[in-house]
Amino acid sequence: MIYADNAATTKMSKTATDIMIFHIKETYGNPSSLYGIGQKAKEVIEEARSDIAGVIGADPKEILFTSGGSEADNQAIISAARLGERKGKKHIISTAFEHHAVLHTLNKLKDEGFEITLLDVHEDGIVRAEEVREAIRDDTCLVTVMYANNEIGTIQPIREIGKICREKGVLFHTDAVQAVGHIPVNVEEDNIDLLSSSAHKYHGPKGVGFLYAKKGIKLTNLIEGGAQEKGRRGGTENVPGIAAMAAALKEAAANMEKNAANVSKKRDRLIAGLKEIPHSAINGDEINRLPGNVNFCFEGIEGESLLLLLDDKGIQASSGSACTSGSLDPSHVLLAIGRVHDVAHGSLRLSLSEDITDEEVDEIINSVKEVVEYLRSFSPIWRDLMAGKKEFIL
Amino acid sequence: MALYSEKVMDHFRNPRNVGVIEDADGVGEVGNAKCGDIMKMYLKIEDEIIKDVKFETFGCGSAIASSSMATELIKGQPVSEAMKLTNKAVAEALDGLPDYKMHCSVLAEEAIRLALEDYENKKKA
Repeated sequence: MIYADNAATTKMSKTATDIMIFHIKETYGNPSSLYGIGQKAKEVIEEARSDIAGVIGADPKEILFTSGGSEADNQAIISAARLGERKGKKHIISTAFEHHAVLHTLNKLKDEGFEITLLDVHEDGIVRAEEVREAIRDDTCLVTVMYANNEIGTIQPIREIGKICREKGVLFHTDAVQAVGHIPVNVEEDNIDLLSSSAHKYHGPKGVGFLYAKKGIKLTNLIEGGAQEKGRRGGTENVPGIAAMAAALKEAAANMEKNAANVSKKRDRLIAGLKEIPHSAINGDEINRLPGNVNFCFEGIEGESLLLLLDDKGIQASSGSACTSGSLDPSHVLLAIGRVHDVAHGSLRLSLSEDITDEEVDEIINSVKEVVEYLRSFSPIWRDLMAGKKEFIL
Repeated sequence: MALYSEKVMDHFRNPRNVGVIEDADGVGEVGNAKCGDIMKMYLKIEDEIIKDVKFETFGCGSAIASSSMATELIKGQPVSEAMKLTNKAVAEALDGLPDYKMHCSVLAEEAIRLALEDYENKKKA
């Protein structure tokens, strides 16, 4: 089996699993309790907070534990909106290809009367910092741009955007779910005010993540309850999950340079191999992308059947086709970079992990070639394209 | 639970009657690339009996399986019987389809109906 869907989720590392199991068994006290085992649990989460803060260049007080990336995105955006609203600022800038945790939150605010500007991400899948500057108005309360796209892996000019936001005095949030643990992220150097992250994207457990909020930014609660997280999120803390998240992140950070260099090489090998398939195209900028992300469109075939046949060959991947999204439209990300419906249905995302070998990459290439050729052999679109009755798009 | 029944996976992995009939007596094509599904059916008819049927499909697993099953259901049948084929019969023969995939069986029914209509029109001409 070759697991190539690491942008969806990753396998937990041994370090993280061991720590999680240890705390599930041993650290069962409630961190809010005064007695020994409660205080022990409190120490565990505070140490985790400190470790996480250290990795991203934050102060521990600026880290808030959440149930994952989606909750962090929701809380960051809602908080910035509430702060803006009080000053009569109800304009938010984002991009057309954000994660739905961001886009759907923005839609909710739009219904409340906020005005949302979604910036173009161009054919290369990269937003232009200067276009952020041009879009900022006197009533802009937030700019939210993802660090790296979850489908096509393109890395955004976060530092430049952050600098512009600082100059203009506008809050800047980044959904860094795909970036943290994979490429260097530093909230200080990158001029970030709010950042969302999720543990299971870097070999940590599911159901836990964190929100970084720069000192002085008042957060709005999504969950009311006790005084946990300094009153910013009610509910007894997920002690084993938080400890395992910190362990996974520390491990990812310590090996980042080595891993990124290694995975990038495999990625480039995979890209070169898939490019040999006629009438195919890579989605998003080829260079400026996450180390493990490969995303292609193949003309004349549909993504779900491609995924099912790859699964039969022991390869797990994902697609932006409508059939896999459960809606009639293909991925909003592919449409945002200008792919037309016809070819967006035939997309394939392969997201590699650090342990992938050259042999496995070659196996993926051969399998994709075989399956694409097979599906094209009885595709009426492919027949029309080959007969010259239709023009190739790719 | 798996996304599809074993029957669907079988017809998807080993589709029956794949291909083209060059001198078909009736051809029907439905769907469009924008929606992500296109089915094309070819019929060879002798003495009002469907002697041969082939299909080509661009689409998801259930679209391919529905095409395959629909061709199996009408092969060797009289034209009058094939006209009665419903999407429900296709879905049932596949041991069911997920709700949001039922349109795939509708496409199969429509493609066969169009191919039969094409045959009737050619006969009149």
